[in-house]
Amino acid sequence: MNREDWTMKAKLLKTSAALAVVAALGSVSAAQAEDLTLCWAAWDPANALIELSKEYEAQSGNTMHFEFVPWTSFADRMLNELNSGGKLCDLMIGDSQWIGGAAENGQYIKLNDFFDANGISMDAFIPATVVGYSEWPKNTPNYWSLPAFGDVVGWTYRKDWFAEPQNQADFKAKYGRDLAVPKTFAELKDIAEFFQGREEDGKKVYGAYIYTERGSEGITMGAMDVLYSFGFKYDNPDKPYDMEGFVNSDKAVAGLEFYKSLYDCCSPPGMSNAYMGEGVDAFKSGQVAMQMNFAFTWPGFNTDPNVGGDKTGYFPNPAGPDGEQFAQLGGQGISVVAASEKQDAALTYIKWFAQPDVQAKWWKLGGYSALKAVVEDPGFATSQPYAQTFLDSMAIVKDFWAEPSYATLMQSSQKWFHDYVVAGNGTAKEALDGLAADWHATFEEEGKY
Amino acid sequence: MSDPMAHRIAAATPPALAHRIRGLSDRAIAWVFVAPTIFLLLAVNIFPLIWTIRLSLTDFRTNRPNNPVKFVGIENYRKILTDADTWLSLQATAHFLIWTIVLQVVIGFALAYLINKKFRGNDLWTTLIVLPMMLSPAVVGNFWTFLYQPQIGLFNYVIAFFTGADPSSFSMIGEVGLAPWAIVIVDTWMWTPFVMLICLAGLRSIPPSIYEAAECDRASKWRQFWTITIPMVLPFLMLAVLFRGIENFKMFDLVVQLTGGGPGATTQLVSIDLKREAFEKWRTGYASAYAVILFVTVFGLASIYVKALNKVKDR
Amino acid sequence: MSFSITDPSRRQKWIAGILVVTYAIVTLLPLVWIIATGFKTPPDSIAYPPKVFFSPSLEGYVNLFTSRSRVTPEDLAALGPPATWYDAIVRQYDMVITGPSRYGERFLNSVIIGFGSTFLSVFLGTIAAYAFSRFKVPLKDDLLFFILSTRMMPPIAVAIPIFLMYRQLGLNDTHLGMILLYTAVNLSLSVWLLKGFIDEIPIEYEEAALIDGYTRFQAFYKVVLPQAATGIASTAIFCLIFAWNEYAFAVLLTSGDAQTAPPFIPTIIGTGGKDWPAVAAGATLFLVPIMVFTILLRKHLLRGITFGAVRK
Repeated sequence: MNREDWTMKAKLLKTSAALAVVAALGSVSAAQAEDLTLCWAAWDPANALIELSKEYEAQSGNTMHFEFVPWTSFADRMLNELNSGGKLCDLMIGDSQWIGGAAENGQYIKLNDFFDANGISMDAFIPATVVGYSEWPKNTPNYWSLPAFGDVVGWTYRKDWFAEPQNQADFKAKYGRDLAVPKTFAELKDIAEFFQGREEDGKKVYGAYIYTERGSEGITMGAMDVLYSFGFKYDNPDKPYDMEGFVNSDKAVAGLEFYKSLYDCCSPPGMSNAYMGEGVDAFKSGQVAMQMNFAFTWPGFNTDPNVGGDKTGYFPNPAGPDGEQFAQLGGQGISVVAASEKQDAALTYIKWFAQPDVQAKWWKLGGYSALKAVVEDPGFATSQPYAQTFLDSMAIVKDFWAEPSYATLMQSSQKWFHDYVVAGNGTAKEALDGLAADWHATFEEEGKY
Repeated sequence: MSDPMAHRIAAATPPALAHRIRGLSDRAIAWVFVAPTIFLLLAVNIFPLIWTIRLSLTDFRTNRPNNPVKFVGIENYRKILTDADTWLSLQATAHFLIWTIVLQVVIGFALAYLINKKFRGNDLWTTLIVLPMMLSPAVVGNFWTFLYQPQIGLFNYVIAFFTGADPSSFSMIGEVGLAPWAIVIVDTWMWTPFVMLICLAGLRSIPPSIYEAAECDRASKWRQFWTITIPMVLPFLMLAVLFRGIENFKMFDLVVQLTGGGPGATTQLVSIDLKREAFEKWRTGYASAYAVILFVTVFGLASIYVKALNKVKDR
Repeated sequence: MSFSITDPSRRQKWIAGILVVTYAIVTLLPLVWIIATGFKTPPDSIAYPPKVFFSPSLEGYVNLFTSRSRVTPEDLAALGPPATWYDAIVRQYDMVITGPSRYGERFLNSVIIGFGSTFLSVFLGTIAAYAFSRFKVPLKDDLLFFILSTRMMPPIAVAIPIFLMYRQLGLNDTHLGMILLYTAVNLSLSVWLLKGFIDEIPIEYEEAALIDGYTRFQAFYKVVLPQAATGIASTAIFCLIFAWNEYAFAVLLTSGDAQTAPPFIPTIIGTGGKDWPAVAAGATLFLVPIMVFTILLRKHLLRGITFGAVRK
């Protein structure tokens, strides 16, 4: 679709959104109790949202229902719902990469006029989350959702093992430096190798847990953390969708080789189809010294009987060989589903959710607020042991393609990465060449060239 | 026969007439009895199939409802059949299909044969053995990822206990060489009882008098086994193979939960491949063509098989 | 029982018994592990190495039946002492119970859809099988094969058109829609199994009844049905197993009102990771009804399939 079509469509959608807002404002006075359904993934933050929403129910008189689907089938189930024009969900906290498709196919309501009418400014949110969760096309002021949950891949490590004098001494003897939080991936691998097979708490432990899941998006979300920092680019910054030499650059190849070497040398056996949940299990059961995982898992470690309190530390994704440092963005924005018949009531929920005091409580309950007023509060960084790491990580995020064809693009990377990293087929160069070719074919089908 | 009236009417009706009335009503009854089944199958199975065939000739994508739908003829079919990934999936499916059937038939038949020795408590043990097939395949697949986990799972520790190997030294679903067997093991664990039950039915259908006659003829036990037991059970066994074959050709829930098709594409069975095309890439037209190809394949194989089954039955 | 020369010897029985019991123990091990995991605490469930001995806890069951939410330590302190034992369990993780979970509803849906479709598929299957067995139905063999062929379609392949069709008819995410769907899928098994059973009932019984003045319906109802009871019962078990446990259609076609337990159970999550004890507890409870059903109909399951013993 070219730019002209775009603006045409955007205008049309803008008009319809404006109408919806007018209707919404008109009906506020006649507010009758509505049953609203909010759809999201089944995970910790979703439970916290139920608790948070009680306040909204009391204030508005509307009743909230929740539909939570597990991560591994979340995209299938919800995209099916959106694509078929289902009316199950009034509000959708959809994954960041769906935004392109949802916007182009008119599955979400455009929120610009609603934001303007209600004094909600996108400047009040962390910039990366606005770009990542709300904008389509990217870096244009067209908003399709309100940043709801900030998330990013980072690392947890066993503070107690790192601090142990014997470990400290052995590490120094072997690597000539202190055993400390890694600043680069090379350091991370040293530490992982150091712990691999070592005895801790009377058990054999392993170096680092990394994502390897095949079915949905796991291995891509993991490998990209390394690839970004090694110099991988999705496309030519001057020539969109031109990928040759960016996706499969020598630096990208080195990054993918590094990810495989980390998988081969230092990850626990059997972690071959593992995503967030498996990482949490591995870390909590004391199998690994370091764990890659999304920030949403961190509050759970803090209160865990085995690894809670001082035993767990957090650090952002380390830098690559050239000092570049990026992290994979997670998280979602909250949108109003275009097929819903209760759009006006749904908008009142977003309006309520955007309030600073609601956002502050959201953070307290374990929801990562993306509101600047919350995260820039002087007390924020020390409010939880992982708060500072979250802020540092949010400052270096990158995200996967958010194109309408994101699911196809994702399946290609899943296949090539898993085939090379886990199954050990071919070389990193072949995998990235294949990936670039697959992506090219997908964009060709989309008429991007 | 408590109704004396019916007796009298029956007695009073000339036999030819009675036959005719019954014959007429028989046909009506036959239709009344068969029609709901046919209707339901038409509505829920055949109608969607026709729809699928129609979609398979287009480039329709469910996630682009606004795009114009283009008729592409057999292009989708050509693409699928020339795609190397399709053949890899078919190979993985064939491996899974053949080995699950072989193992389940051998173990299932052996168990049925042993249970048919009617030892004390065989009833109770049969009921216990049947339990795994009562579980939901999705839940089973999900739970076996936990059992196969080298550090925290049971499976590797049991193997380690018997072989002395380090439980963390191998990973059933993580290694390209082991993963195809990991799914075979779970399916066999779950569905051997099904084959066993059908075999048991077959064994118990053999009248003892046949064995008694064979004993009188001084036929050896071995000879009795091959000339009486096996041929008499064969139709039952073939039916069990048919049902397991069809089920495992379609296999989705158990394996998708267990391995997600990995590592790489090692256990990507055709249904998983199809699901990726249909519900992740949303290439509806392409996926529909894929579905038609799978259906024709299994329909063709099954019809040949059923012909053979009928021959064995009629023998 | 009278002695027969074909009876297995005492020694044979012993060997057979030992082999079968060994198999049963091995095959039940994973099942026992699932049940045991339901009584572990979450940290025990993922213990490395796995724990065979553990102090039992009901945490899995509490987590299965409640939804919980994290609260701030200050809020927790303000709540006062826990009112119940299950409150106490939840609060050690800085959580409070916010209400019942969806497990109960999902379970009930499974009961309605599972038993409803089983009844329907056995009912329709019995009459269709009777017709195929006893009457000259035109194109009988083709129809029978057609019925079987409907079972060959991968659920994924028909899910999209069914989804769109159901939406038109308003059957999407309804009990009726799922009952009809599962009935259709089960009918092939049901017709095929029952035709086998009915074929084995000597036709002479009905002929005798017909001569005695019974109508076809009466003969079917009073003579054939009782004779086929065992076959019907065992067919019902197989249909129920499918409908009770089905996943692919359920996950794609139901979302709220009519969602059954299988898509729900793997979604039970704890703090961050999967709540294995709650998953195990859910799986265990979910197994109970079908296990009871099987044990009640055990005689029919075992003797039912042996019905063919009365061979013509």
